[in-house]
Amino acid sequence: MIDLLLKNASRSGVEIDKLFDLITFLVGFWFLLAEAVLFGLVFRFHRSRSPRALYVSGEEKHQKRWIAVPHVLVLLCDVVIIAGTMLVWSHVKQQLPPADAVVRIGSQQWAWVFTLPGPDGVFDTPDDIARVNELHVRSGAVYHFELTAQDVIHCFSVPAFRLKQDAVPGRLIKGWFAALEPGRYDIQCAEMCGIGHGLMAASLYVEEKEQHARWLQENAAPPRELVAFRFPNP
Amino acid sequence: MSQAAAHAAPGAHAHAETHHEELPFWRKYIFSVDHKMIGLQYGFSALAFLLFGFTLMMIMRWSMAHPDQPVPFVGRFLSENGALTPELYNAFGAMHGTIMVFMGVVPLAVGAFGNFVLPLQIGTVDMAFPKINMLSYWSFFVGGVVMISSFFVEGGAANSGWTSYPPLADLPGAGPGQTYWLVGMVFLITSSLLGSINFIVTVIQLRAEGLSWFRLPFFVWAQFVTSFLLLLAFPPLEAAGVMQLMDRVAGTSFFLPTGMVVGTAQYTSTAGVLEGYNASGGGSPLLWQHLFWFLAHPEVYVLILPAFGILAEVITCNTRKPLFGYRSMVYSIIFLGFTSFIVWAHHMFMTGMGSTINAFFQTTTMIISIPSVIILGSLFISLWGGSIRFNTPMLFALGFLPMFGIGGLTGLPLGLSYADIPLHDTYYVIGHFHYVVAPGTIFALFAGIYHWYPKISGRRMNESLGKFHFWGSFICMNGIFFPMLIQGLMGVNRRLYDGGTTYADPAFTADNVYSHVAPVLHFNSMMAWSAWTMGLIQLVFIFNFFKSMVSGEKVDDNPWKATTLDWATPTPPPHGNFLTRPVVHRDAYEYSVPGHKTDFYPQHEA
Repeated sequence: MIDLLLKNASRSGVEIDKLFDLITFLVGFWFLLAEAVLFGLVFRFHRSRSPRALYVSGEEKHQKRWIAVPHVLVLLCDVVIIAGTMLVWSHVKQQLPPADAVVRIGSQQWAWVFTLPGPDGVFDTPDDIARVNELHVRSGAVYHFELTAQDVIHCFSVPAFRLKQDAVPGRLIKGWFAALEPGRYDIQCAEMCGIGHGLMAASLYVEEKEQHARWLQENAAPPRELVAFRFPNP
Repeated sequence: MSQAAAHAAPGAHAHAETHHEELPFWRKYIFSVDHKMIGLQYGFSALAFLLFGFTLMMIMRWSMAHPDQPVPFVGRFLSENGALTPELYNAFGAMHGTIMVFMGVVPLAVGAFGNFVLPLQIGTVDMAFPKINMLSYWSFFVGGVVMISSFFVEGGAANSGWTSYPPLADLPGAGPGQTYWLVGMVFLITSSLLGSINFIVTVIQLRAEGLSWFRLPFFVWAQFVTSFLLLLAFPPLEAAGVMQLMDRVAGTSFFLPTGMVVGTAQYTSTAGVLEGYNASGGGSPLLWQHLFWFLAHPEVYVLILPAFGILAEVITCNTRKPLFGYRSMVYSIIFLGFTSFIVWAHHMFMTGMGSTINAFFQTTTMIISIPSVIILGSLFISLWGGSIRFNTPMLFALGFLPMFGIGGLTGLPLGLSYADIPLHDTYYVIGHFHYVVAPGTIFALFAGIYHWYPKISGRRMNESLGKFHFWGSFICMNGIFFPMLIQGLMGVNRRLYDGGTTYADPAFTADNVYSHVAPVLHFNSMMAWSAWTMGLIQLVFIFNFFKSMVSGEKVDDNPWKATTLDWATPTPPPHGNFLTRPVVHRDAYEYSVPGHKTDFYPQHEA
């Protein structure tokens, strides 16, 4: 359901959205039930319909049921969603599927620097491709990213990919994503990083295989100063 | 304790006290040690800060709907071209959060209601330590002055978010405003610590004869648990605040890692090269987050527990019924207090702190939903079989229930690590916690103001204006906060000075680009209108508040026909509170007791 609001364009997003729908359903059920009960009670026990209140302490066993039963049901819902959460989290964040390619993502006030290893597939060689605020990837391929920040905390976020990861200075954080279909998507910084935070946007280009190979060939000679982005040793 | 001992002789003494009352003005109204005057001082200060914090937000909301355009009326005080610049937006945002939480809601809920009502409800003459109580208010006052004055220093107020995450807040770029923020926080925290220890001792030591633990009004339980949260959660933040202060002024690097590069300046392991600033590195930015949230999550419950307390009073009184499952509620609130200390890291799922720790904190977060469900459920069921009076306090209380329901339930996905991935730091988060605090806690506080106003002033606030205030606020609150939930689900981030316009820019979104922001950008305008209308409606409240002081309907000592001891005092309560020392004979909410001549049976009636 969330994908009616926000398109999903990544592999891990599919799983996230499914569980999200379940939660929306559970939460919606409890919310509507509670509202119905509230409005029912407010209407039924308005002073004009109920001039004298009942003396109900809620301490008797048969009265406590009214609290005990919902609370056990809520507990049950909790158990279900915690189990689901751990499963999805482990797929999305914990277990990285084998990589087809690797991208280094550096962040600084207020720009993203994306480095691809170039046609030779090896980092720190002259054909590395570094680009500011634009990332080109191949549709369907699994990318591992190595994310860091050089000054303050940033957060790499691609809403249409359900992808979000803080970039913390002094740390190198690994993760993965795989795009489902070609297109151009927004990358945004999701952690307060100073006056340029609102403008720290970048673009994610998802390309078909041939198109992406062509792009790699054409761009294999990078501007030198961008390669100088400092990475801490993992 | 000397105060308590001095008042050990009841009755006659209280009368004597009224003759002694001719204190000089500055002792009676300014450096007062009377819990009621301190409560009022807290109340008026907190309401003023709330108004100020809300004004900041009205400006920000307008600016988000019209980025980079001059702000009407106040623009000339903001910047040269009258627009709210990103720097100012960040400062306003950080200060809005700080002011609302630390200088508005908590001082009103705990400082004002706790101070005024709690000693009355437990039937005592004053707090256990009246002078510490005075010190608590004045420490709060100094903290507030420091915070407000930071707007006028070079570079403006703190602008790194109310969470002040380093390294951003540590760097010289944050300006002297951040240092003011830290000093101000130290005063505000000290104030809370002094207040909370006082509340705890007062409840333990000074309860009236016969007022056993399970006869305490739920309001007192709520304040009691809240005090423990403040007392135990604030010290780590005070320590962290001092550490950040040292990072900023003494060249330590508790929160600065090795190898940072800011602009062109490189931080090495020997000494920072940035001019006038040294940092040796080796620190951890995440340490701050742990220390900050170790306070700031219990702080959420500091915001909400006193609201539950007020609701219990207002709902029982206006349904004419005992609280449903009083004991379950007491156990739940104690459990809630304990559990609130072990959920903090659910604010940090995206920091990469590790899957095991995520699993732990999301589990505790789900567990804490259980006592919340019990408390809220009991309040709901308390309506069953009642004879509901729809006066202004009750409307606010009934408005609280569904609004807090939305706030609580929208919090659930945020507490789950995987669902937090799309939602973290989006407007959904803002919508969620504002539903908890604004139409949640603040509605409960309004309910409390309308409820205890007759006890404080001897007059009732105007009902028609009160109802207008309720319905207007109710509609506007939803007009402001509901669109946020939708924007957030669409992935629109918080803390964007242009409200996301950058991401919906036609130039940026040309040629079949998928823009997640464009479809919901126009919500900004609706939220701005709602916020400004909301501001106008609060003027009605302010008018009603002051007008009723002079011309409100005069009432007797117990206008709502309530059972707790706060209604057994003369109106307004004199210094020393009670004419005779009250003795408690029964539970707190004995309404509609079968066989009793009236539908309420006060605690102190023999």
